[in-house]
Amino acid sequence: MSEKIPVTLLTGYLGAGKTTLLNRILSEPHGKKYAVIVNEFGEIGIDNDLVVGADEEVFEMNNGCVCCTVRGDLIRIIDGLMKRKGKFDAIIVETTGLADPAPVAQTFFVDENVGKQTKLDAVVTVADAMWLKDRLKDAPEAKNQIAFADVILINKTDLVSEPDLREVEARIRGINPYAKLHRTQRSQIPLDEVLNRNAFDLDRILDIEPEFLESGDDHDHDHDHHHDHGHDHGDGHHHHHDHGGLKHYHDEEMQSLSLKTDKPLNPDKFFPWMQKLVAEDGAAILRCKGILSFKDDPDRFVLQGVHMILDGDHQRPWKTGEVRDSKLVFIGRELPEEKIRQGFESCVA
Amino acid sequence: MSDSDDTPSVIDRTRTVAVDGPVANVHFLGDTAVFVLGEEGLVFAPPDGEQRVPVHTGGILASASDGKRILTGGDDGDVIATDAAGHLTVLATDPKRRWIDRVALGPDSAIAWSAGKQAFVRNAKGEQKSADFPSSVGGLAFAPKGFRLAVAHYSGVSLWFPNAGAKPDFLEWKGSHLGVTFSPDGKFLVTSMQEPTLHGWRLADNKNMRMSGYAAKVRSMDWSTGGKWLATSGSDQLILWPFGSKDGPMGKQPQMLAPSERRVVAVACHPSQDIVAVGFEHGLVQLVRITDGAEILARKPTNAAVSALAWNASGSLLAIGTEDGHGGVLNLA
Repeated sequence: MSEKIPVTLLTGYLGAGKTTLLNRILSEPHGKKYAVIVNEFGEIGIDNDLVVGADEEVFEMNNGCVCCTVRGDLIRIIDGLMKRKGKFDAIIVETTGLADPAPVAQTFFVDENVGKQTKLDAVVTVADAMWLKDRLKDAPEAKNQIAFADVILINKTDLVSEPDLREVEARIRGINPYAKLHRTQRSQIPLDEVLNRNAFDLDRILDIEPEFLESGDDHDHDHDHHHDHGHDHGDGHHHHHDHGGLKHYHDEEMQSLSLKTDKPLNPDKFFPWMQKLVAEDGAAILRCKGILSFKDDPDRFVLQGVHMILDGDHQRPWKTGEVRDSKLVFIGRELPEEKIRQGFESCVA
Repeated sequence: MSDSDDTPSVIDRTRTVAVDGPVANVHFLGDTAVFVLGEEGLVFAPPDGEQRVPVHTGGILASASDGKRILTGGDDGDVIATDAAGHLTVLATDPKRRWIDRVALGPDSAIAWSAGKQAFVRNAKGEQKSADFPSSVGGLAFAPKGFRLAVAHYSGVSLWFPNAGAKPDFLEWKGSHLGVTFSPDGKFLVTSMQEPTLHGWRLADNKNMRMSGYAAKVRSMDWSTGGKWLATSGSDQLILWPFGSKDGPMGKQPQMLAPSERRVVAVACHPSQDIVAVGFEHGLVQLVRITDGAEILARKPTNAAVSALAWNASGSLLAIGTEDGHGGVLNLA
C-alpha cells in the first residue's frame, strides 16, 4: 500500500489572506508539487496543472444525523485526482470564506475511498488581526473556522497595535486554546508550520495542553480556564477577566471543555457513554481529543472526533514513571458542560 | 474459501497485456479489448499485439462504449471518441476546461457528458443541448429506447427529455446518487449512492425500491442477459437483485453467490449466458454461474484490486484490468 496523500484544509474569513498563503505555498522553492482544490478560479497567481474548481456541495449522509455532512464535490475531485497519483505530493483544499470546515474534515472519515487514499493533515485558518474581533461577533462561520483549527495565522499584524493583537489572541484562545497560533504579515510563515502537521494522526496525539504564544506569555497557565458558568454574565457575549496582565475571554457561544482524571477509566462504561454523547450532542461538538488510561490496560488509548464521528486506537504502552492521567477535551458550541463532566466522572473504574 | 485449489480454473487461457498504468475501465471494440488508463491513453489489445493510443493530456475521468467507439472525458476538458482503428475525434471541449466527470453513449449514436452541475447531450445530427442540475452530476445514463437521459445527483434523479424542452421529471430520494442505470427493458431505474445502498424506481408508477445491506459503496453494477438480474459489487459476495418480474426486487431477497473473505469490487455479466465475472479487492476474478453458483477461477489473487472487467459481444473473451496496472484477456472460445 502506498503512502496516503496528505491534505491541508485552508480556511479563513473573506479577505483574511488565504489566497496569499496559498500562493506562497505554491511559489516557494520546496521542490514539492501540490494539487490545489479552490473555490474560485483565477485567484491563483501560479501556473499549476492541478488546480481544480470545487462547488462546495455539502451533502447530508443518510444515517439519521444532520450533523454528519460531507463535501460531495470533494469526494468526486479526490477520486479524479487519484488518477494522477505520482504527479503531486500533497493536496491543498481552499474553502470560501463562508465555509464550515466540518464537512470537509468529515469527508475523510466517512468516505471509504477518500480515507483509503488520502489523510487530512490539518485545518489551517487565516484570521485578519484587524477584523477578526468583529467577525467573531457577526459571522458564525468565522467562529467555526477558529474553533476547528489546528493552526491559526493571525495575519496582517502590521496593521494593529500590540495591545489589540493581544486582545485578538485572547479572543481566539477563549474559543480554541489548543490550536497553534502564529502572528504573520502578508501570510508569511515557514511552510513546515502549516504543512505536514499530522494534526489528525492518532499517533501524533502526544499531549493535550493549551498552546500559548511565547511572546509576553511567560506566566504560569496551570490554572483552569474552564471556570464554572453557573453565575450570571452581565456583560453580554463575552466574559473577560485579567490574570497578571493577560486577558482571558470566555466566549459564551463557542468554548472548550477540558476534563481530566487520575483514576483509571472503565472502558465498558467509557465507550458507551462517549458514543451516546456524540449521538446526542454531536452537533454541538466540533472537535474532541483524548488520551485515556483504562483499568488493567497497559496501553495508552488515543481518541479524536469531529461532531459525531469518532476515531480511536491503542497508541503505545504507558511508559514507566509516566503519569497515567486520562484527558479529554472538547471544542464546541454551547457545550452541555455539566452533563459531559458528570458523564466523564461516571466512567471511572 | 471460494478461491481454494479445487476450483476449476481457466487461468491458462489468459493473454497478458502490458498496460503499464492503473486501469480505469475496459471495453471491447469487436474482438479488440481497449483498456482505458487512469491517465492519458488507451491500450488497444487486438488478438495479436497491442497498441498505445494517447487520448487526453491528463487524467481520464470517465469512459463509455457502444461497441463501435469509446467515449472518454478528461480533466483536460475534452470529450473524445476513439474508433476501432484508433482514430480520435474531439467531440467537445469545455469552454472553461472544466473536468469532464461523466460520459454516456446512447441509442442512435447520441452522446452525453457532464461537467460539474451541467450536463450536455448531442444527437447524431450534431444538435446539442445542455441543462443545469441542482448539484454535481453523479451519473448519466441513456434510456434503452428514445432520446431520454437519467441524470443522477444529490437528492434524486432527473429524467431529462432533451427534445421536449420541458423541465426534467424529478425522482426524489434523499441522499447523494452516484451511478445510474436503466434496466434493459427500460422499466426500472437504479442508482448507487454515497451510502452503501442502491435505490431504485419502477418507472411505471415511480414506486421506490431500497436495496441495502452492502458493506461498501457500490461502484460496479451490470445487468445479466435479458435483464433478469442486476449484479453488483460492494459486499463480500456477489449480490444479484431479481428484476425478472414486474415488481423487480420489491419484497424479495437478493441472491448471494461466490462468498469470500474479501470484497467484490467489479462485476461484468456475460452477454448471453447466466454467468457473471466477479472481481475482488485482492485481484481474484471468478466466473460465477447464476443458476447454481458454480465458480471457475479466472485470475489468481495478487494484492491489488480488480478495477475493470468486460466481455466482448459474443462472450468468448473477458478482459481484466487492475488498479496496479495489470491487464489480461481471457479466451474462452
